[in-house]
Parts: sequence; structure tokens; C-alpha cells
Amino acid sequence: MSDDNLLRTPLYDLHVEAGGKMVPFAGYAMPVQYPLGIMNEHLHTRDKAGLFDVSHMGQAYIRSKDGSDPAKIIEELMPSALSVLKAGKMRYSVLLNDDGGIEDDLMVTRTFEPEGTLYVVVNAACKNKDYDILEDKLGDRLTLEPLEDRALIALQGPKAEAVLSALAPEVADLAFMEATMVTLEGVVCWVSRSGYTGEDGYEISVPSDEAEALSRRLLISDDVELIGLGARDSLRLEAGLCLSGHDFDASTSPVEANVIFALGKKRREDGDFVGAERILGELGNGAANVRVGIVPSGRAPAREGTEIASEDGEIVGKITSGGFGPTYGGPVAMGFVPASLSENGTKLKLMIRGKAHEATVTATPFVPQRYKRKQS
Amino acid sequence: MTKYTEDHEWIEIDGDVATVGITDYAQKALGDVVFVELPEVGATFSAGDEVAVVESVKAASEVYAPLTGDIVEVNEDLEGEPALVNSDSTGNGWFFKIKLANVADLDDLMDEAAYNAHVAGLD
Repeated sequence: MSDDNLLRTPLYDLHVEAGGKMVPFAGYAMPVQYPLGIMNEHLHTRDKAGLFDVSHMGQAYIRSKDGSDPAKIIEELMPSALSVLKAGKMRYSVLLNDDGGIEDDLMVTRTFEPEGTLYVVVNAACKNKDYDILEDKLGDRLTLEPLEDRALIALQGPKAEAVLSALAPEVADLAFMEATMVTLEGVVCWVSRSGYTGEDGYEISVPSDEAEALSRRLLISDDVELIGLGARDSLRLEAGLCLSGHDFDASTSPVEANVIFALGKKRREDGDFVGAERILGELGNGAANVRVGIVPSGRAPAREGTEIASEDGEIVGKITSGGFGPTYGGPVAMGFVPASLSENGTKLKLMIRGKAHEATVTATPFVPQRYKRKQS
Repeated sequence: MTKYTEDHEWIEIDGDVATVGITDYAQKALGDVVFVELPEVGATFSAGDEVAVVESVKAASEVYAPLTGDIVEVNEDLEGEPALVNSDSTGNGWFFKIKLANVADLDDLMDEAAYNAHVAGLD
């Protein structure tokens, strides 16, 4: 695909002006890094605050056609407790196929609209597929309204609260996975306390034509730097978070992908979602292979696709995400191994460029998450 | 005398031994270097063989042998401090020394003026 055919987010001009190195990603021209560089962008986000353009991701409203709870309907394809979501609460979930495989992961939020409208954010590379699946399987009962005229920006890091609450003090009152309507610089935005870096922070859905002005306003703070996709990837890897299409694909179940937290307790009991037979079976008996965190002993990063061997040299799996963790200070990875080799502390070998490197199964996150959870 | 390759390596000649590293242009393009896999001392490489790998946060990139010869020394400082490739790419960030099989092969490489013109043509 030539650059001319790439889509541009509303912040394209800002990226170019800031010296962003633009690369094709999921059909969009996106900044992989700025002059600060991936390492320093990563460290800055963990130290202060990073501003990410995630406008390429899919935002949509979901409503039912008959006025009933749309969450009850999408629960047929998603195993999380969604119908119990109260207004202003959000959850991570997965969109399942008939075989219990994960088509995509997504965030589902209950808006304040009286009919219980849901706001979902899906992965850029999957948005058309996701919308087609929802339309195909649930289109008789749901309407899906993609929000093509909205940008999405993420402000992540320990200074995010101070920076954003200077524009709207009420955002400080949001807890992790809560969302609300907030006026920022005179513009009504949908703000959630969430993100995909392991840090505290916010995601801000803003009308496209206001996105650049709001971003520039946030960048006035010395604590805020623009952060590209390169650091976004290393931040989410250190946080132990899955990347769609890499750490799972349509053949991977939520049990295999080790996102069991996305399965609601009552939903497990009821088994009222597609693929439940397989997923509940794996929950009870264990999956043959599971995603684990892996720390290489040496300094060599183990990239996606690196073969994993048992200690006696038998190839047993593959790395699905891997690289250097700037905050961790060394290489970190995730990959799939047989259940018998999935215990933390298990020794493995990674076949990097034909040579075996020692590695150890290690609990994720590799760097502690610092979400502002609700005080109970 | 310093020579250059199209793959952005510099080659400093001392008799029949060449010290090899990557250029400032290359280190900037790679970004923060976090790991360098160096060849074994004593190993023989032909020009164009993959001789080393340099890894940034984002990706791994191959380094090719600029000339045919035997590795006589590698920069062990890079093991503990790979960032030397960024901070001093043409000095302390060198990769390896190779004893050339045929010193005349150097004539095939670019001099500084030719390399600078090559880089200027890339931007």
C-alpha cells in the first residue's frame, strides 16, 4: 500500500510537525516514534505522562432495536459480565467466534443514555471484521453506529491526572475503568480512566475537528510528550497485556490466552455465550497450551515468532510478543507453552537465530500496574 | 583511511586489519540499541555474510560482513553497554575487527565523499 492510500487520523499534521516517523499501521499512517525515540518515550510515560493518538481504533455505539438492554444481546458473543454494567462503568472483553476463539479484544462501556447504549472501542486492524461479525450475527436485534467523526487520544502516566484535572477537576474523581462526559476546553468529550500501558491515565474521545487543539493544549505541560506506536507496544508488553492478532488469534480461546479475568463469574455458571462448551471445558480441565510471561536470562531480545523449547530441547511453542522492556531493563516476552511448562519459574530455552538461550516462565505484569482503582 | 558500505558500515583500515562499525546515519535510523550479537573470534566470513545483529527496542537488524576475512577481535564493551553504538558509533561503539583475506577488496568500498553522497540521496 503506497502512502497515498493510507488513512490519516485527525492528528496527522501534528505528528508530522512534531517530527513523527510515520509508518503504515492497520491502513493508517501512524507515528512509530518521535525525535525523543522509543526508549525515552517509554520511560517518559512511566515517569510523567505520554500523549498517544489512538484515533485509528474503532469507536462505536451499540443500541438494541427494541429498546431492550444491548449488553444482554452482545453477551451472546462476549463472555464478560456486561449486562450488569452500570452507567459510566467499563469492562475489557473479547469477541468470540462459534469455536470459542477470540476474534478481537475490546473495551465495552455503558453510557449514560437512558436506553443503556454501549460505547465500544475495538482494535484498528479488526474494526471492519468486528463490525461485520456484530452485524451478521446480531444485526437483527442491534444497531451499530461507528463514530467516524471522533478522534481518540490517550493520556497515560503518573502525571496524567494532574494534567487533565487542570482542565476539568472532575476527572480526578474517576476510578480505573470508569467513564463520564467531561467538557475540556469548551468541547464535550467522553473521558475514561483507562488505557493500555499499565499506567494510570485517561482515554479521551473527542470530536475530530477539536482533537488537534485539545492535544496542543495538553502538550503545553512540560510533563506531557507525544508518544508513538513503538513505545505503546513496549509499554503494553511490560504491562503483560495482549496484542490482538499476535498474542491471540481467532483460534485462541480466552483460557489459552490467559484472559480468564474477562469471563464473568455468573457467565461461567450460565455458559450462555458462543464457544462456551470449549471455554468452560478448558476452565475445568485446563487448556493444552497457555500464554505465559517469559524472561530471557541474557540480554538478547526474543522477538515474535521465536521458537520456545523445553529444557531438553524439544520445540514446544512460540513467542507471540517480545522485545526489550525499557523500564524492566532487559528483554521480556510472552508466548504459548504446554500447560505442563506454564508454572512460574519453569526453565525454557528460546531458539534465537539458531542458538538456545535460557529463559524462565515469569508472572506478568513485568512492571507493576499502577491503576487508580476505586477505594473500597 | 576510512571506507564505507551502502549498508551504512564504516571500515577503518590498519594494515590488513579492518575495524568495523555502523555509521551515525545507521544508529539514528535504528534508534536506541539494546543488544548487539557479535561474531565469534576466529570465525571466517565472506563479504555479504550476516556477521552481527543489532537490536533496538523495536526490531532486530542484520549487519553484513563488508569484506572477506577472519574475525580477530570483537568489542566486548557492547555486551554491557550496547548504547555505545548510539553515543559513539564511530568510536567506542565499534563492532569487530576482521583480518582481510585480500586488502585490495577495499577498493570496492566507498570513500567518505561517496558515502555522504549516497546518504544524501536517501533523504
